[in-house]
Order: sequence, then structure tokens, then C-alpha cells
Amino acid sequence: MASEQPSVPAKAKLWNRPGFRALVFQVLLVAVLLYFGLTILGNTLHNLEQRGISTGFGFLNNEAGFGIVMSLIEFNESHTFGRTFLVGLLNTVLVSFLGIILATILGFLIGVARLSRNWIVSRLAAVYIETFRNIPLLLQILFWYFAVLAQLPRPKQSMTIGETVFLNNRGLYMGAPVPEAGFWLTAIAFAIGIVATIFIARWAHKRQDTTGQQFHTVWAGVGLIIGLPAIVFLLSGTPLAWDLPVLKGFNFKGGMVIIPEWAALLLALSIYTASFIAEIVRSGILSVSHGQTEAAHALGLRNAPTLRLIIIPQAMRVIIPQLTSQYLNLTKNSSLATAVGYPDLVAVFAGTTLNQTGQAVEVIAMTMGVYLTLSLLISFYMNWYNKRKQLVER
Amino acid sequence: MMKKNHLAVAAIATAVLMSSNANAGTTFDAVKKKGFVQCGVTTGLTGFSAPDDKGNWTGIDVDGCRAVAAAIFGDAKAVKFTPLTAKERFTALQSGEIDMLSRNTTWTLTRDSSLGISFAGVNYYDGQGFLVNKDLGVNSATELDGAAVCIQAGTTTELNLADYFRAQGMSYTPVTYDKSEETVKAFEAGRCDVLTSDQSQLYALRLKLKNPEGAGVLPEVVSKEPLGPVVRQGDDAWFKVVRWSLIAQVNAEELGVSSANIDDMKKNSADPNVKRLIGLDGIKGEGLNLDDAWAYNIVKQVGNYGEMFERNVGMDSPLKIARGLNDLWTKGGLQYGTPIR
Repeated sequence: MASEQPSVPAKAKLWNRPGFRALVFQVLLVAVLLYFGLTILGNTLHNLEQRGISTGFGFLNNEAGFGIVMSLIEFNESHTFGRTFLVGLLNTVLVSFLGIILATILGFLIGVARLSRNWIVSRLAAVYIETFRNIPLLLQILFWYFAVLAQLPRPKQSMTIGETVFLNNRGLYMGAPVPEAGFWLTAIAFAIGIVATIFIARWAHKRQDTTGQQFHTVWAGVGLIIGLPAIVFLLSGTPLAWDLPVLKGFNFKGGMVIIPEWAALLLALSIYTASFIAEIVRSGILSVSHGQTEAAHALGLRNAPTLRLIIIPQAMRVIIPQLTSQYLNLTKNSSLATAVGYPDLVAVFAGTTLNQTGQAVEVIAMTMGVYLTLSLLISFYMNWYNKRKQLVER
Repeated sequence: MMKKNHLAVAAIATAVLMSSNANAGTTFDAVKKKGFVQCGVTTGLTGFSAPDDKGNWTGIDVDGCRAVAAAIFGDAKAVKFTPLTAKERFTALQSGEIDMLSRNTTWTLTRDSSLGISFAGVNYYDGQGFLVNKDLGVNSATELDGAAVCIQAGTTTELNLADYFRAQGMSYTPVTYDKSEETVKAFEAGRCDVLTSDQSQLYALRLKLKNPEGAGVLPEVVSKEPLGPVVRQGDDAWFKVVRWSLIAQVNAEELGVSSANIDDMKKNSADPNVKRLIGLDGIKGEGLNLDDAWAYNIVKQVGNYGEMFERNVGMDSPLKIARGLNDLWTKGGLQYGTPIR
């Protein structure tokens, strides 16, 4: 920077050189920040010790002694507090991940619908966006939980489909598949289907690039991924049993269950975030010059391929950075789970575990670390994706 | 210039942070200086701590704080309340946000030894129980195998529940909420079969149901829950004021001194025990660094333990809880007034 300012003579005193000054200030700033951080750390440790609050991460090895309603890994009361951290973390990741996928799909659909020339479709999309975007998320979660899902019938009056799937206010109970001997053949067929589809997609892409001929990759893929395993499954004698839920005592036992807390949170997160994504998609599409559409139409492309091949790819470079923010928001908003009792990281770890152990500083630090890491991972991935999708100028 | 400003701000902030713990250990002086007691209570539990329709806090835990205020300032109204969830309560106390926690909190070894807090006594002997809908046809907690149970997060209740079902070899589904109101709402909506909490709370929560008659408390008491006021550890002067405020109330009941007859007793009683309690004789307020009339003010303004109990949770309240374990030791209960002499 100094070289761009010829008005300062080279022989100026050291103190008057902008470069040197900048350096001094930066070093000072860093030193002050470091001192600041260390003081806080030292103060905290000193205060905790003075007040007789035990510190350290040893509590993670102690037995938790409380139950958690939903866990992706095996968990019971005899597991440790460290395990409650994992359970909470996985529950947070599960709801955020599915929420991101659902919100993206729904958001794109609504965003495109908002621009539809069909008056009713575009009005409906507008109503959706303005409704869900403007109601606080917490209220939406409570709405789905207390106003919708809690109104389902009690276990003994469950709604049912063919006595195998049951819906009541304790959740959605379904049979759980139990693989028997020989099921691995089907699993292998499934894997082969996926790998083959990837190869076919590459080959078809290349062929289209060189010859212009198209290939129905989608149909081939469906046949390979679903059809092939299905045939193998039937030929090997349907080696799959079902663990069906049975009404026993208070409630259904056996099978799988989707708890209403999870469903309410996922619904609210997806629907709320989708309304923002819809607007982002709309802004992205509008940012593409109308000339592009006219050019595509002039070349004989119909509306759908124009949107898919011309508009969306160009809109993506506007959409992706904003989409990243929405993904981050959704992940962080998932901590509202605690309002309806979904056992996410904040509810289980920063809630119950913190209270049972009293290790506030450690627990909160770990929880913040998790959200920071998750957010950075999402940003990292989205930045990478953004770079790939950026307009490459030739 | 901007950078210099930032440095100045940082320097000031650092200085502030460094001096912020200067008050640790002298809650008593700090409270006297600011003129009121900052008291942590529940977000609303009838009989223990709940705001009435005019916004005044009432309840047995609230009266505990009022007794402390009466002892220090001679004014039971010199209290400000901070409603806390079960999860927030210890952090609020540790961080100094409140001076004392009077929030139906169970005294356990872990809490007393590792949270940097001290329990100052027991103002209510409680035990965990189960509330069920009568139409379930359940008469005993041993029939609860497979039930979904609503609990409040971060309580000893959560641990006792797990212990009980493990000991009985039964399974259960825990449904955990932050606030007790939410557990009631979920119980009422049928999300769970059973609502578990300390028995006193169950009676209070039952009153919040649309049809209180439709639900009943099971006979089993599955844990010991001595509830009491809590203060920060290592703050002895303050700890003793809180502890003896409660003891004074129990002593008053033992001696038959109540808010109604204390003025009469002050003039006419010849009982040296009464004289010592009222502050006419003995060590008075000296050791606690309080006014000589400290115990007089407590009884006059808040009442003795029995009055406080009956008014808030006993027969004069909607809860109608019997004295039971909370009766005086002379009547088969556990409340025993350490001598004031």
C-alpha cells in the first residue's frame, strides 16, 4: 500500500511511514485482543475455582441416568453424559439435514410457481410466501405441535392403514424391516444399480456432447436402481421380515416410530425456510436477462427445458450465496427444538446434561463449538459448490 | 483515531471484566446496599411461587424470600423476583443474577458439592409421584410398564424416574419439556400417559387441568425430595441469614407465636424462649449482623412456618395438601426448629 502513495518521501522518519504505522497498529491490536482473551479465560477459571464449581471434562464419563425419547444410536440410562452429547448432536444433524433438503425442494417449487404466468398458481405461491415468511418460527413450531399433531387420536383410536401403519398423537408407527439371510444379494444389486447409473450418466453426457444424441438416463437409472434390486429380491425368495407395531398396554410396541416432536420441528423448519428460499429463487431467475429466454425460444426450446437448461444454471450463481445463509439459519434455528421437547443438542446436552452436571462453561463451549463447526462445514461445502457453478467467462 | 478509540474501549472493557468479581463472597453487603433481595422463583407453580391476578408473587417459596427480606430490612416487600425454568436456575445463582434461589429445588449431594452452591435448609419435604388419567384404570405405579411419561427437563425427577423404572425392570418413553406448563399441556393432549413430578407439584398441576377430577395421583412415592432455599457457596454471612430466617419461622410455630399474636406475646410473654425469638433477650440479632427485631419482623410480616404452609399449600389454599412430613417434629413431622439461644 505504501508504494501507492508517492507523496511520502522515502526518507521520512520511521514513525511517519504508513506501512510501519499500519504494522504497529496491527501488532498492538492483536496483542490487546490476545490479552483480552487470556484475561477472560483466566478470570473465568479463577472465578469458577473460587466459587467451588468443579471444572474439566471428566463429567463426560459419568453415567447420565436419564432417558431420551429418540436416539439414532443405542442409548439408555446407563450410558454416559458423553453419549448424550452424541445423541443430541446426531438428532440435530438429522433434523437440519432433512430440513435443508425439504426446504430446498419446496422453495424451488414455490419460487418457480411464484413466477408462473398462471394467475392462480402465482397468487397461491405469493400467499404461501407472505404467510410463512412473516410468522415467527417458534409460533409455527408450536402451531404444528400443539394445534395440529396433538389433535391426532389417542393410541387406542389410532388411524391405520392395513393394520401395519398406525398414526396417533404419540407418533407414526410403522413396521421395521428385519433383513434375513440372503438379503445381502439385494443390497449388492442396489449398489450395482447406483454405480451403473453413474457410469451411464457420464457416458450419455459424453455422447450428447459429441453426437448430439440424447439418452434417457433417468429411465435407465430407475430401472437399475429400483428394478434390479426388486428382481433380485423376488428371485432370492423375499428375505425380509417385518417387525410390526402391536398395541400393547399403553401404546404400540415394536416397529419404527416417528415422534410428533420431530415431525413438528421438521415441518416448521422446512416450510418456514422454504418461503425464504422461494424468494431467493425468484430473485435468481429474475436476474437472468429476458433475452436469454427469448434466445432459447428462438432456438426452439420449450418452456420447461428453457428453465432447466438456460435459466436455472445462470440463476444459480445469484441463488447459491443466499441459499448458504438460509441453510445456516435453518441449522441454527433447529435449536428451537427445545420448545416442543425434541431431543436435539440444545435440549439434551445444553439443557438436561448441563443442569444435571452443572458444568455450564464446558457444556456451552462444546455446544457452541458444534454449531460453529456445522455452520463452517455448510459454508465450506456451499462455497465449493458456488465456485463450480460460477459463470466461467471465456 | 478510530483505532485509538477501539483500544480505549477494549481497555475499559478489560478493566470492567477484571473488577466484576470483586463482589463475590459478600452478597450480604451487596444486598444491604441495593436495598432488596433478588430472588429466583419458578415460572409459575401454584402454592410455591406464582404471580396472582394482580402480579403479586405468592407461595411458600416466595414467602421464604420475603422472610429473608423481613429479617434484613424489616420489610417483607423488599424482594424482586426472577422467574426461572428448572434448567436456568443454577446458572442464574452461580452467575450472581440472583441472591438466593427459592424454587422448589431438591437438596442432593451432587448439587451441594459440585455446583458451587449451598442448600440453606428444607422448607418442604417432598417426594416424587405419578399423576395419571383415571380412565386408564391404573392403580399402582408398578402397572406403568411401557408408558409414555411427561417430565420437566433438568430435574432430579428425570433421574428418579429412570432409576425407578430400571429398578422395576419396566420400560418407558420419556417426553421431556422445558417448563412444567408444557408438561401439563402435553399430558392433557394425551402425548403421555403419566405426568411425573414432586407430589406437591402434581397437586398444583392437577388444578390446571380442564378436568382435575379426571386425573389422580398414584399412591407410590418413589423418591425423597427435600426442597429448600439455595445460596452461592463460600458466602457464609449470607448463607446464615437465609438459613436462620427459615429456622426462626419453625421456632415460632413451635412456640405458638404467630403473626396474629406476636405483638401480644412481645408485651406479655414470660417464656424466655419467646423472648429470645422476639429479640428481647439473648444474642438477638448480633451474630447474624441483623437488627434485634429480625425474627419478630419475619413472624409479624410473613408468619410462622405453619401459617405460611396452610396459607400457600395447606388447608387454606386450593391445593389442600396435608402437613404430613412437614408437620412439626412434636406432631410426627420432620420440621424441627434449631434452638434460638
